[in-house]
Amino acid sequence: MKIVKIIAVVLLVAFVGIQFVPTERNQSDVVPKTDFMLVNSVPDHIKSKLQTSCYDCHSNNTQYPWYNKVQPIAWFLEDHIKEGKAELNFNEWDSLSNRRKKSKLRSIIKQIENDEMPLDSYTLIHREASFSEAEKQELIQWVERLKDSI
Amino acid sequence: MKQLKLTLGIVAIAFITLTAVSCKENKNEHNNADGHHDTDKTEHNEMMGNDEMGNSDKMMSNNNQDAKAEVIIKDYFELKNALVSDDTKKAAEAGKTLVASLKAFDSSKYTAEQQSELNDIFEDAIEHAEHIAESAMDHQREHFKILSKDITDMIAITGTENTLYQQFCPMYDGGSAWLSMSEDIKNPYYGSKMLSCGKVQKEIN
Repeated sequence: MKIVKIIAVVLLVAFVGIQFVPTERNQSDVVPKTDFMLVNSVPDHIKSKLQTSCYDCHSNNTQYPWYNKVQPIAWFLEDHIKEGKAELNFNEWDSLSNRRKKSKLRSIIKQIENDEMPLDSYTLIHREASFSEAEKQELIQWVERLKDSI
Repeated sequence: MKQLKLTLGIVAIAFITLTAVSCKENKNEHNNADGHHDTDKTEHNEMMGNDEMGNSDKMMSNNNQDAKAEVIIKDYFELKNALVSDDTKKAAEAGKTLVASLKAFDSSKYTAEQQSELNDIFEDAIEHAEHIAESAMDHQREHFKILSKDITDMIAITGTENTLYQQFCPMYDGGSAWLSMSEDIKNPYYGSKMLSCGKVQKEIN
């Protein structure tokens, strides 16, 4: 019985301890001039879909849920955001060459088409971020047109 | 006494956790070393570039030679052949090699305009090759499609010493092209599933 108590205390202390490890917060008040929405004319419904479904991990500004303040969840999110931004950062869209824009748009289409994005772990909590079949088609067609216009 | 031991133990564990975690943050520092290498290389090649000035009329004609471009093309074919034989692991390795040879390219002997075009191409191609190095077959093929376009555009600038064939499969992803050393069709997008789907679209050189 005593050993259980000790383990519990140790875990508790470790848990409290890791709360003091700082995480990098992905937050910014500025929307750079290179932002996807600013350089493309994006219809409102597509705009809001991209914002709810993609921007949390693919821009410089994440709408953090409250539990992000709790470790180790914060690390998990931090990693995802870092990786997501490295792959595609909508805020820096216009700094890409046309060739890369096309590449990225093609990848967006593939990811949405194959249900690889948004991640399941994300839509599990952000129900509104998932795509209905109709929303998928709509977005894909729009992105397709944008790609052909570049 | 027992109490003290317990407290010590707890503190030690908390400390270990903290240390382990802070190690995570030091990971990113390796890249600098590579950066230095690159500058060294560029300088070295600029000097070599001067020696090659005599060759510049060769560049005007279509059969100019760029050894580094040839390495890239060779690695691209490695990758293509791995996809033809449905070999994910080999394709991933070839992708990795290709990343290295793309990064080693030296564009200093080209005109400013060509250089900026080449930089665009390589930036894109490196990303696709990196993905190929760490993806499953389906993804590898998706990226290979765009990579093929990048390499084709590169060859339009650098030229190549061999005759190549641009081949085309109308079925894969609304129509997709690739390059091959041989006129025979061996489809890298379908592999054994549909090995002979496609036709020669263009002869290069």
